[in-house]
Amino acid sequence: MSATPLTLTKTPTLGTTQQSQSMASVNPAGVVASLEGVNKNYGPVKALRAVDFQVRSGEVVAMLGPNGAGKTTAVKLLLGLLQPNAGKARVFGGDPVNPETRMRTGAMLQVGRVPETLRVREHIDLFSSYYQKRLPLAEVLAAAGLEKLRDRKFGELSGGQKQRVLFALAICGDPDLLFLDEPTVGLDVEARRLLWDEIRKMVDRGKTVLLTTHYLQEADALADRVVVINQGEIIAQGTPSEIKAKTGGKRIRCITSLSLPRLRQIAGVSEVKEDREAVEIHAVEAEPVLRELLARDANLSGLEVTSAGLEEAFLALTQESTRSSNKNSAN
Amino acid sequence: MSTATLALNPATVRRSAGHTATIYLKEIKYEFLKNLRLRMYTASVLSFPVMFYVLFGLVLNGHESIAGTPVPVYLLATYGTFGVMGASLFGTAAGLSSDRGLGWLQVKRASPMPPFAYFVAKVVVSMAFSAIVVLALFVLGVSFGHVRLNDAEQITKALQLFATLVLGSLPFSTMGLALGYFTGPNSAPPTINLIYLPMSFCSGLWVPIQFLPAVVKHIALAMPPYHLSQLALGIVGAGSHESAATHWEVLFAFTMICLGIARIGFQRDQEKMYG
Repeated sequence: MSATPLTLTKTPTLGTTQQSQSMASVNPAGVVASLEGVNKNYGPVKALRAVDFQVRSGEVVAMLGPNGAGKTTAVKLLLGLLQPNAGKARVFGGDPVNPETRMRTGAMLQVGRVPETLRVREHIDLFSSYYQKRLPLAEVLAAAGLEKLRDRKFGELSGGQKQRVLFALAICGDPDLLFLDEPTVGLDVEARRLLWDEIRKMVDRGKTVLLTTHYLQEADALADRVVVINQGEIIAQGTPSEIKAKTGGKRIRCITSLSLPRLRQIAGVSEVKEDREAVEIHAVEAEPVLRELLARDANLSGLEVTSAGLEEAFLALTQESTRSSNKNSAN
Repeated sequence: MSTATLALNPATVRRSAGHTATIYLKEIKYEFLKNLRLRMYTASVLSFPVMFYVLFGLVLNGHESIAGTPVPVYLLATYGTFGVMGASLFGTAAGLSSDRGLGWLQVKRASPMPPFAYFVAKVVVSMAFSAIVVLALFVLGVSFGHVRLNDAEQITKALQLFATLVLGSLPFSTMGLALGYFTGPNSAPPTINLIYLPMSFCSGLWVPIQFLPAVVKHIALAMPPYHLSQLALGIVGAGSHESAATHWEVLFAFTMICLGIARIGFQRDQEKMYG
């Protein structure tokens, strides 16, 4: 997993002109959506705790976290579907509940069932009618890759096609800000890549996007900025490469007779754990550790070195935060 | 991308009356198409009243009369009420509970849809299907069952009966909205049946009220469908001794109570999370 796909997310010519236009329309800082010190509880369950974050005009922000981390809650607060217990949710400088705000946002949420007997074009026709500025049907169908399915009933579509219809409903009012809650959940690789392409097209048109995902690859492939959330708290923010650098480094796996404490003594080793018959060593740099390992254990075998991807960074970050919060609650 | 003007001048975001009307009409149109294509809905809502009417009103007792009223006319009023009640309860409660429980209503609420459009569409479409059911019974009654439309008086009465039954959809569609807020996607249809079928029986919709035991006659007074069917029967001269005003008052009060319950459900939902 590398950071290179990020450069594909923007066509510089289109992106910059339109971005600066919509920047001017909001406020000097270019913040289009924000949560300010937000707490949200469901009874005794704290879904979000003191969450602060901002989405700026023209950027793609991925909110990354495991199931139950509070991602969907954050999106619903920004859509005005939920009210915070403390703090504020602001979109375009106003309350997300305002019809004026909703005219400028589009949302793709996780839905259990959509009316199945309506055709694709009928669903789009109805949703576009809600908006002031609507995209022509042909354009919506093209943007969501649904041209050939326009007369199909929703119930006759595959999972990936259904997600594309929901995406079409989110964009049919030509919104400036798109909320995509787990847009590719449950899709196969092919369908996921297709939807990524559609999302990138929207970004090219200068839209601002907030997406939630628990697919790290997705955040890496689409986002300018990643917000890592776990157990209702933001535990890291930054570009995908910054997030990786937070734990970063290399992962060394090998079978060795050296004991765990001895391995930990080696300079540059950040973490060691047993993995079946082998050990897994995390290190900032692989080479010095490898030299030391090979010098100390002549019988070392099964050596593998991989670079820690976003996945490892993410796991490390979430485990760390879970551990520290458990420690806090134990005290 | 002319976002700047929109942001600075909120007045431009206000919809014109024409635009709002278009949204309501589309919402109604697609709600109608959705239900029309839903075989579960059309089959159960249309076929039961029609089957009962054909069997008991035309085939078996077609030439008899109840308290001076020909059976095909009498049962037009009672199975008409039965049909209206089914079309309205299933047309509102089943859709609402599944839209609510499975997230579709949230998608709509997150959009700039005027919130009332959704409910108005459900009520109007329930009324439309009620009209279709009653019309089907009329066509059958006139074609095969001595329901006469020969002079102005008979036609006026027929129109009155039709209008009363269709208007009678309102108490039951509001009842459906209330039920839709307090049932889940899976429990809604059985719950509707659990209320709909016994209520129909106790109101004298299947067996004329005068043939029912005294206990049931007392229970009937508390049943909204009893009052709608008595209004309908009153038009064809087979009503009970209560005045029409009493029946209207009961139905109106019942509608208000259901609206109140639906409103509580609506507010409770605003603060609840799904999924």
